[in-house]
Amino acid sequence: MVASTDRQRGSLGIPSAVLGMVLFLATEVMFFAGLVSAFLVVKARWIGAWPPPGQPRLPVEVTAVNTVVLLASGVILWLAAHDRAGQQTLAAVRRRSLIAALLGATFVTVQGFEWTRLLAYGLTMRSGPYGSFFYLIVGTHAAHAVAAVVALLWAVARLGSQKISADGFRAVRLFWYFVVGVWPILYVLVYLM
Amino acid sequence: MAHAQQQSFWSRYVFSTDHKIIGLQYLFTGMFMGLVGSFLAYVFRMQLAFPGEPVPLFGVVTPLHYNALVTNHGAIMIFWVAMPILIAGLGNYLIPLMIGCDDMVFPRLNRLSYQIFFLSTVVILVSLFVPGGGFGGAWTAYPPLSASAQYNHTPWGAPLWLIAVALEFVAFLLGGINFVTTVMNARAPGMGPMQIPIFVWMVVIASIVFMASVGPLVAGAIMLLFDQLLGTHFYDPKAGGDPILWQHLFWFFGHPEVYVVLLPALGIVAEVITVFSRKKLFAYKTILYTAFATGIISFFVWAHHQFVAGIDPRMAHLFTITTLIISVPIAEMTFAFIATLYGGSIELRTPMLWALAFIAEFLVGGVTGIFLGANATDIYLHDSYFVVAHFHYTFFPIAIIAGFAALTYWFPKMFGRHMNETLGKIHFWGTIIPFNFIFLPLFVLGAAGEHRRIYSYEHFSQLFTPGLQNLRVLATVALVVMLLFQFVFLYNFIRSLFAGEKAEENPWKANTLEWLAPSPPPHGNFAEMPTVYRGPYEYSVPGRPLDYWPQHLPN
Ligand code: HEM
Ligand SMILES: [Cu+2]
Repeated sequence: MVASTDRQRGSLGIPSAVLGMVLFLATEVMFFAGLVSAFLVVKARWIGAWPPPGQPRLPVEVTAVNTVVLLASGVILWLAAHDRAGQQTLAAVRRRSLIAALLGATFVTVQGFEWTRLLAYGLTMRSGPYGSFFYLIVGTHAAHAVAAVVALLWAVARLGSQKISADGFRAVRLFWYFVVGVWPILYVLVYLM
Repeated sequence: MAHAQQQSFWSRYVFSTDHKIIGLQYLFTGMFMGLVGSFLAYVFRMQLAFPGEPVPLFGVVTPLHYNALVTNHGAIMIFWVAMPILIAGLGNYLIPLMIGCDDMVFPRLNRLSYQIFFLSTVVILVSLFVPGGGFGGAWTAYPPLSASAQYNHTPWGAPLWLIAVALEFVAFLLGGINFVTTVMNARAPGMGPMQIPIFVWMVVIASIVFMASVGPLVAGAIMLLFDQLLGTHFYDPKAGGDPILWQHLFWFFGHPEVYVVLLPALGIVAEVITVFSRKKLFAYKTILYTAFATGIISFFVWAHHQFVAGIDPRMAHLFTITTLIISVPIAEMTFAFIATLYGGSIELRTPMLWALAFIAEFLVGGVTGIFLGANATDIYLHDSYFVVAHFHYTFFPIAIIAGFAALTYWFPKMFGRHMNETLGKIHFWGTIIPFNFIFLPLFVLGAAGEHRRIYSYEHFSQLFTPGLQNLRVLATVALVVMLLFQFVFLYNFIRSLFAGEKAEENPWKANTLEWLAPSPPPHGNFAEMPTVYRGPYEYSVPGRPLDYWPQHLPN
């Protein structure tokens, strides 16, 4: 970050790392909007019952619990960064961030486990649009969740050696909040509707 | 400088994070791909004019060859020539210089962007030589043809083509993030929003439009790739999928994309015509707001590409109206440029010739777009050569004419030397005149009913009349002539790099900050970081001895 260090420069007042992440997330929102609208279009044109008869039932309850786990990770990460009392040590920030990362990893693991069961029941990417869209949308989110876990662990490691700026850490957190925030929407659309 | 000289060739030119080196990497890769794309066009145009005859330097063109040539010509010219030259190349090189800072805000992200782009270039080139040949499903890649090797006969070419396009999008996404953040956060002290040169604004708006439109296409491309490789049925109507869905995802990106390339081209023209007419840019703010409006409206016109795809006629009416609306801001910008020229002391140097040619030729493209945008006329004209002629009258001015305007205008800054004027003018006329002889006949052919995706018209007796075939030959001959004149440019370019007349800092007496830096600018750009005192277009200000007033000079 060469040029942004100079305080006199014409600027928006948003740190560059954060602004860059916001722009990236705007693209991500459009990307997920593309997936979801494709899903809704195919579903709307589907003749007959949805989910199609003869397809395995999605694990609605387990995933509801899993959703709570993911949301909790977001809350904890938020708490790690916003300490009202202002007495939080760096060690505490790192510890809470680590907990958030572990909750995220739990979410992904449970998802993966449910997938293996669904595959065993015969719901595959090729078994029709129902299965295709399920794995496409949920899988894309899972890939993001894995990336978010890796990014957060990386940030936690760097926080220890002070190698990441406050803005850089904020950018990583924004990505995490995005992964957490988009999930309930996908859950409702894919599992419940 | 001493420091820079110690670096090895590799770290200086190949793995550099300097925005100027990255800009030149994009620029040269784009120019090389321009040669590749031109060669493909030459081969398929020869086949159309002289069906079945072996084409010199290629051989006999089979139907599969033909499809792959046309498809990759279009894809390469848009994604590997127009985008890298106009946005990534010039944007990288010029943005930090024009806003007065030393580099992009994220230099390493910038380097990564080029590396991914380079990889995508390798993939698209390799895809032309794999078993089965290059992808032949048109640059729009409509399923079901594109989704299954059973139909397109390119089991390797089709997925590689998609992967190359997807990589290219990632590269430009990283670049776009960099451009917008840099312009927002790293402008020279004193440079408010209304002091930013129009070219820089245009790249910013184009980047935003690109980032907002590309997501759905990436989503669609993943689905298409899965259909090709994993046997899913997203676009397969037999299994409940929807092929029209791809058209929506593609054109939701595809139409904004034409403005993504148009806006930087308009920016180039704005910079060049103000300098060579010594006039203030007419209606800076109007142009700026109009560009934003264009960017927004461009998201609401996409279905004008689908009038005959079986969409609801009420929806077709709606998209006709939005399409006619979007021609208003474009016309407005053209008028602003003409008003800028009006009464100026016009100097017809090579860059100015290109800029003026842009306005004239683009006008033809824009006006013919209106016929296509009206659903009633489009039902007849769709997928005919009229469409081909229309978009070449828009894309050629954008990618080639504005590209040459930029190259000839900024060449002294980039390389510290001048290009030869006489050769520049020979090249200009040798490009512009044949260009019109290529594409005016195509309007006539399209209006006569010539469908655009036919390998040989011998099989269609109504279209194989001598009159129509002569027009085809005329277009092909004009293309060959135009391509031959490009060697004049190449010669001029390469000779001037080494032996051109030396250029000082500000040879055109321009106002913008890049002309304050040495030619070529060293690492870090400016000896002393500039401060900005006024807008970029203060030419011929009454009461001043000089007819220009650089942005960095204190009052
Ligand atoms: C900004 C410059 C423009 C560019 C680069 C451009 C580019 C293109 C391209 C590439 C196509 C063909 C797509 C295909 O392969 O099928 C096309 C078609 C079309 N263009 Fe443009 N265009 C431009 C301006 C306009 C304007 C100003 C209008 C209308 C006011 C317009 C209306 C249309 C329509 C309706 C079609 C679809 C025709 C059909 O396929 O039947 N374009 N344009
Ligand atoms: Cu369009």
